[in-house]
Amino acid sequence: MSAREAILARVRAATAGTQVPPAPEVIPRAAGTLTEDPLLRFRRLAETSGSTLDAAASPAAAPGRVAAYLKEAGLPQTAVVWPALAALPWAAAGIAAAARAPRATDAIGITAACCGIAETGTLLLLSGGDSPGATSLVPETHIALLPRACIVCDLEAAFARVRAEHGALPRALAFISGPSRTADIEQTIVIGAHGPRRVHIILIG
Amino acid sequence: MEVISDKFRAAAAESLANTQLQRALARIPERFVAARARAAAEFGEFEPLRAAGAAIRERTLARLDVLLERFEAEAVRRGASVHWAVDAAEANRIVLDIARGHGVRRIVKSKSMVTEECALNDALEAAGLEVLETDLGEYILQLARERPSHIIAPVIHKNREEVTELFSARHRRPRSTDIAALCQEAREILRPQFFAADMGISGANFLVAETGSVALFTNEGNGRLVTTLPRVHVAIAGIEKVVETLGELAALARLLPRSATGQAISNYFTLLTGVRGATESDGPEAFHIVLLDNGRSRLLGSELRPILRCIRCGACLNHCPVYQTVGGHAYGWVYPGPMGAVWTPALVGLERARELPEAATFCGQCQVACPVMIPLPDLLRRLRTRTTAEHLRPARERLALNLWGYAARHPRLYALLTAFAARVLYRLGGRRGWVRRLPLAAGWTATRDFPAGEGHTAREVLRRERSG
Repeated sequence: MSAREAILARVRAATAGTQVPPAPEVIPRAAGTLTEDPLLRFRRLAETSGSTLDAAASPAAAPGRVAAYLKEAGLPQTAVVWPALAALPWAAAGIAAAARAPRATDAIGITAACCGIAETGTLLLLSGGDSPGATSLVPETHIALLPRACIVCDLEAAFARVRAEHGALPRALAFISGPSRTADIEQTIVIGAHGPRRVHIILIG
Repeated sequence: MEVISDKFRAAAAESLANTQLQRALARIPERFVAARARAAAEFGEFEPLRAAGAAIRERTLARLDVLLERFEAEAVRRGASVHWAVDAAEANRIVLDIARGHGVRRIVKSKSMVTEECALNDALEAAGLEVLETDLGEYILQLARERPSHIIAPVIHKNREEVTELFSARHRRPRSTDIAALCQEAREILRPQFFAADMGISGANFLVAETGSVALFTNEGNGRLVTTLPRVHVAIAGIEKVVETLGELAALARLLPRSATGQAISNYFTLLTGVRGATESDGPEAFHIVLLDNGRSRLLGSELRPILRCIRCGACLNHCPVYQTVGGHAYGWVYPGPMGAVWTPALVGLERARELPEAATFCGQCQVACPVMIPLPDLLRRLRTRTTAEHLRPARERLALNLWGYAARHPRLYALLTAFAARVLYRLGGRRGWVRRLPLAAGWTATRDFPAGEGHTAREVLRRERSG
């Protein structure tokens, strides 16, 4: 008998005749999730988790805001951007943008979130041909564009949105809440473990 | 991994004498217990959420065969390969075969307790492969050649000076005892390794049956690097980790980080489904998922079944007065604390870990903190009963229990003995009425005094009152 058959046979024997308990009637959400204004809550909790926020009137206005952020943070005006964002006027804003997958040396990565989740102030990024997962991960600074209209209440709404728009799940769903961190040494929180040190969100619209 | 759980008493005594360890453990109440309490209060309906979590996990266990088959079918449909391992040795063999099949030399790992359970690193290294732990805590342990002492904070037992020693011996860089500088140093040393690796190994916090996905919760980002950059990804999961739907996953995603670290959500929650698409520039070309039994299917039909709900958050460790006092290494295997005192005897055999279920005060805090409401004190009590029933206690303890059992079944003898004992205690209490030292139990009274009583048993008092 294969390992698969052996394991399943044992599991079947153990579960035979077991009553399946009913599904929970309600899954509680964090207090305020369904009553607070989603945009205000998203902003508040994204800041709590260590992200910074800005706004731009339209996608075309985003590169200007990115340039202003980089200048203020004392960072170079050179970034690797998702190929999906290649058409935005980066050069006009003074940003040398490379639309490709990131390399180990890239310092700034620019992506676009599929949605923002108000419950926890979380970004959802989807992997794809023109949206490499590494862009939000390898560079020290991650800048994410997020259309205001794409802020949803909770995780359930985010899953529903992905399924409605894509059918099957993309290979990687990355739910990102602030810069990477560790508390492994003496339970002291340090920002910037293996992932980005800075997460900057630009709300569009 | 070698099981040394039968040395619990001696190891616990060493832990108590280790002042450095005691200072480290003293951080637990604020960093973990209070953080969880704040997160639960902020959430609001945390108790109904725990009830929902328990129901979801029970629903999984009741249909585990169906959900595993569905998970396998969906994962395979998306291009992943699913492997089944009866025990740790088979899991290690499977991972080794995968590595050989893909011509792998270098492996990066993110933190996974189930690979500790399998001692996977030893197996891979013995076969000549390079394996690098990339979670900061696990990396430190790999340098120190130690095992984790906590399931989510693996180096909780070490201080920064020890990390400095390990890093300066290995990295040959300027010494620093600054925690942020140590983290930066590890980041710089490990970063090129993610790009150089052929294969990434991760665990799985959950498996989602309806989509064939692996869910990971991490903070450092190494989990994402390990599952994004190398061309092969192997995820290893215990068979109990499956849930049916994304909706169930959403509920558990609210419970796990709040119970573990007091975070509303981990920095990175990743849902991985299938292999790199034709147009994608990153993500693994091959995705292998290893489903490990290693004794879990046997538990499913046993009285210990509720432990299979466990989502490995570590809350029961953090809330346990025994864990808080002796730390994780004393438990002698992979899983410490109350959950470890059930998992260890359940997976390696009660005869090799019989002292662990005794290492509980039955204060019940573990059950109160458990996000999926596992009745841990009850499971520990059942293990204690089995320890007695299977004659696993030492001769002296067996004799004492047998004598007590005999007396308890003979009321007159019992009355005589307790009346005698009550008088002895009264005498020992002296003028102040406190017993400071008890013959035959000097160890127990070494750190305790107790009131001596009035020299009569309850029965005697009752009889006197009735007749008077």
